[in-house]
Formats: sequence, structure tokens, C-alpha cells
Amino acid sequence: MTEQLLEIKNLYVGYKTYRGTSKVLNGVHLSVNTGEKVGLIGESGCGKTTTMKTILRILPANAVIQNGEIYFRGKDIQRMGKNELNELRRTYIAMIFQDPTAALNPVFKIETQLADVIKSSHAHESRTEELNAKCIRLLKEVALPDPERVLDSYPFQLSGGMRQRVCIAMALATPRYLLIADEPTTNLDVTIQDQVLHLIKDIVEKRKLSVILISHALGTVRGFVDKVCAMYAGEIFEVAETEKLFSDPLHPYTKGLLESTPRLTGGFSEGIGGRVPDYINPPLGCRFHPRCNYSLSICKKEKPPFIDIEGNHSVACWLYNKK
Amino acid sequence: MRETTASPVGFTTKSDDKMAEKESILVVKNLTKHFKTSFGTVHAVDNIEFDVRFGETFGLVGESGSGKTTTGYMIMGVYTPTSGRIVFKGQDISVHVVKRPKSIKKDMSIVFQDPASSLNPSKTIKEIVGLPLKVHGLVKDNVELNKGVEELLEAVELPPERFMDTLPGDLGGGEKQAVAIARAIATHPSFVVLDEPTSALDVSVQAKVIKTLMKLQQELKLSYLFITHDLSLMRNVASRVAIMYLGKIYEYAPAHLFFHNPVHPYTKMLLSSVPVLTDEEETSKPRDVKSTGEVSSAINPPPGCRFHPRCPFATTICKVKEPEFVMIEPEHYVACHL
Repeated sequence: MTEQLLEIKNLYVGYKTYRGTSKVLNGVHLSVNTGEKVGLIGESGCGKTTTMKTILRILPANAVIQNGEIYFRGKDIQRMGKNELNELRRTYIAMIFQDPTAALNPVFKIETQLADVIKSSHAHESRTEELNAKCIRLLKEVALPDPERVLDSYPFQLSGGMRQRVCIAMALATPRYLLIADEPTTNLDVTIQDQVLHLIKDIVEKRKLSVILISHALGTVRGFVDKVCAMYAGEIFEVAETEKLFSDPLHPYTKGLLESTPRLTGGFSEGIGGRVPDYINPPLGCRFHPRCNYSLSICKKEKPPFIDIEGNHSVACWLYNKK
Repeated sequence: MRETTASPVGFTTKSDDKMAEKESILVVKNLTKHFKTSFGTVHAVDNIEFDVRFGETFGLVGESGSGKTTTGYMIMGVYTPTSGRIVFKGQDISVHVVKRPKSIKKDMSIVFQDPASSLNPSKTIKEIVGLPLKVHGLVKDNVELNKGVEELLEAVELPPERFMDTLPGDLGGGEKQAVAIARAIATHPSFVVLDEPTSALDVSVQAKVIKTLMKLQQELKLSYLFITHDLSLMRNVASRVAIMYLGKIYEYAPAHLFFHNPVHPYTKMLLSSVPVLTDEEETSKPRDVKSTGEVSSAINPPPGCRFHPRCPFATTICKVKEPEFVMIEPEHYVACHL
């Protein structure tokens, strides 16, 4: 069970813009084991989606991978040829996007789109009836009522929750190893969000998939994953088991995020001042230091190394470096 | 306590109406808005009533499509109500904004959900915040305008010298929303509609914006109508809360009672769906209702109680008869046959 499925080492990714290169990812380390559920949290614009797009090599044309390695089942993704990459995308890694409306093609019926996904995979059924039966089975798996009607609908005829379920069905159409869920419930209402999260969790556990769940809402991550990575401005600041991170956060950024979230039982803090830095001229040293209340002089000069505090809890912050 | 049918505004007779209007800055009575479309009539808001008292934050909670923004827009006069009354400081204002006297327009304002689209991208912050000052004749010349805008920006904790001449595109989400707030308070209103002011923002930024809003409420004695779908946030800002579902209000309660003793099954469903951070919060959630189903269409809302298709406790009467409000405890009303 502890076999490593995905490993990202020291990843640097930038975007070329007319103002200069925007240095978004600044040495990301991330590892996912087989069957592990990993949460990636952070504010918008901190590079969560960029990291995921790098894994699938679906970055926009102006993006440059400056440094770093990504291994999926021991293979370097950057050395893969076109065929291997296609193989990776259609059979090994699936991604659910934030906005199901944008992820589905508005001019084709669900049936066409879902069947295309099945056909493109290796395990495809050639006969129409089989294909149709498989579509219906998939839609039933994501708990969509009346699958025949859904298949015969265009995306605009479905509600947001139903569209996201269709996207999940597509992602699970072929056997997978890793599911990347990029804010799958951000555009949904709370009650629907609850349903969709439970659905993803059930399917993932049933099929023993590994998952990376990206979210800026900490609560959604808490009930879902085994391990949480807190990300800020292109760096992973803290990695810990879910319970540990929520009960005993170490990094000032993680603490700030947790404190900013309003509680059902009451209680509310002031939040974190400032905002995610400009990536073209990012702050030197620790990228969080301009917003950090505890910053030391070294924070402005040197990037903090990632250190283990205790079993499986590591943090990148000078406050915890005994040097 | 449950025997009588009660009005949530608390006043059922004509003379009581007058009393309500004295105590409350805003009273909404039997307010309805239907939109005619080619598919049929959308029952966006159906016969709702509530009141906002002086200096309080009244929370309106619901999922998308529940009619909370339509309600806010009717109060601001963006839409003309199909029927019903909106009374602001004793004056009937249930008409479109163009028919309202300027003094009313000066006295109420709104902060929209998405600051990126509510600020004109080609105007500087000074022009945006200064416009209401000019329109209402609060400044005589450029010097006064500069001073007014500076004061407003300081009130929302944006250093004026840095922000005066920038364009909205150069600002972060939280800063944009702060500008929108500065614009809303420019005319010294006494009532502000906050239409999901932080739903487009990150939690870290949201906390800051909410703090600014609370500070301004204290300083300027503002009354807020706070519209949101985020219950955890509502718990921390509102004094009284109303829950809306498909154009109807189903439960009213003071915020603390609402979270300790939710009564309506929909309220419980909402609360149980909220993702939380601590075990303490987890145990505070109601456990007998699990989220199922989806919001029905507002074109043909289900007869009887509109929530019955999703309600685990629905009985035959729920499908036929609309529930009426009963008082559970002081100031806590619910519309449910249970």
C-alpha cells in the first residue's frame, strides 16, 4: 500500500508574459502513495492548479518548466513521448475540473461526450449497445437519477450538480490510478457540495484510487483526505496528516488560514493581511515574509528548507529550524 | 407555544404594522417577484416578509436560486416588486429606483458580490469612489472631492496616496471589495445591502473585509442586510437570520438560537452540509438530516411546502398545503407542518 505513485521533486514552472517571466512554482515537492488521499490547500493564485496541469502536461503554451522532475510510477513524465503522454492522460490519471460548465462541450449531448471518453481508452467496447450500457452504468455509479434522460441531454439542460457528476463519470470511465480533483465543488451549493464530496469519496475508496483534492476551502479537505499539503506562492509550506494539521498547525501561513475560516460554533479572526505576491518580482527568501507576523531577518534573505518536525509532519519555516 | 399562527415580523394587525415600522429601519411585507420568461413564470420570490432593525445585521441565507439576491435588488429598486410592500423608515419605497426620491437613494446602498465586475475597469479609484459624492452634491470642488475620497479610503484601510489614481485591474480581490465598500458608504447611508460581499474572496481576505464591515457598522451606526450562502460566516456576523428556499422564507431566528436549535429540516440539511474544521463544530451539527436531491425548478415550484421533495420527514399534508409560521420560542419562527 505504501508504494509511491507520484513524486514531484523541486519543480519550478514559470509563465512567459510581456512583463517578464512570472515565476509561479518555486520548488514544489509532493508525493502521493498508492491509495492515498492528499489534499492541497492554499489561496487562489498560489499555484495549485499549475502544479496539477504540469503533472498532466496540459500547461498553456507560454508556460516553461524550468527545473524539476515528476515521476509517475517510476517514469519521468517529462521524458515521455506523445503516445506515452496520451496513454497517461486517458488511462492512468484523471482530472475533474472546477467548473463543469466549462469542462463539458455545450454543443454535444452527454451521450456523445461520455462515449468518446470510453472509446478513446483501451478497454473500449465496440458495439453501440455495450457502449450505451456502459454509459448508463457509469451514470448510475455517480448516483444520477434517470440516466437515460441525462444521456440524451445537452449540458445546459442539467443542473450544476448533475454536470459535475457527469464529469466525475467521465473521469472514472476508464480504470485509473490517480484522480486529480481541482476544486470540484467550489461552484456548487453547500448541500450539493456535500453530496458530490461524499460521492467522490465513496467511489475512490471502492476503487482504491489515489486522489489529489485541491481546494481553498479547508473544511472540504478535512473530511476527505489522509494528508494535507499547504501551499503558498508556488511552494509547499507544510505537510502533515489531516488531523495533525488541523489540530496543530506549525507554519504561520497555515495558522492564519485556519484562523481566518469562520466557525459554526462562533469565533473569527482578522485574517492575513496583504495578498499573494507578484510572481514576476517575487519577494526574496521566504515568499511569505511580507505577510508574516513572525518574520525574522533571515526570512528576507534565504528560502527556508523543508524540515521534518516529527513523524510525517514537515514544515518550511525558519522559526522551526534549530540551526 | 405552538398553537397560534404568528407573523415573523411579529406584528399581525394594522396598528402593530405601524409599530414595526417605527422600530425597524426596513420592513418587507408580502413581497413577491415573478419573472415572465418564454418557459413560464419564474417564482423568484413569493410572499416573504421580514424586518431589519436599526443597527443590526439581518442575515438572509439560501442556496443559489433561492431568491435572496432578487430580494436585495427589490429593496434597492433594481427590480419593481410584482406585489407587496417595502417600507424604509416609514416610507413606502416599493417602486423602481428611478421613481424614488434622491434622499432615499442617498440613504441606502449596496455592495455587490463580484467586485471585479461591479467596478468600472476604465475609471480610477478616485473617480469610482468620488462619483456618489458628486451626484449627491456632497462636495463643492475638486479639493473637497479629494478630501472626501481620501477619508473614505482611509475608513476602509486603503492608504489613499497609493490607491487614488490606480485602476481596479491593479488591485487584489479584497482591495477591490474594500473600494466597493468605500463607494457604498460615500453618501453616509444608514442601510446597506451586502450581497455575498465575500463569496468571491479567499478566506484570509474575507476575514479582513468582514472586519472592516463590522468596524464601519459600529462607527457609522449602519444597518445591514447580509445576503450569503455561507452559514459559518453568518454565524459570526448576523444578529438575526432568515432561511430562504425557492423564493420562500422557512425559518427565522436570532443567530445564536438558529445554530443551537435549528427546527426546519432544510435548515438542518444546510447546517449538516457545512464543511467544518474542528470536532467541536462537527458535534454541533444536526445529524438526523442528510443532504439529498436538488433544488426544484422555480418555474413550477412544488405545491404545498416547496421543500417536500427533498425532505426526509415529508408527509401527505406537506405536498398539498403550504405550512404557516408558528412560534417555537421568542423571536424564533418556522414554517413547517412538523
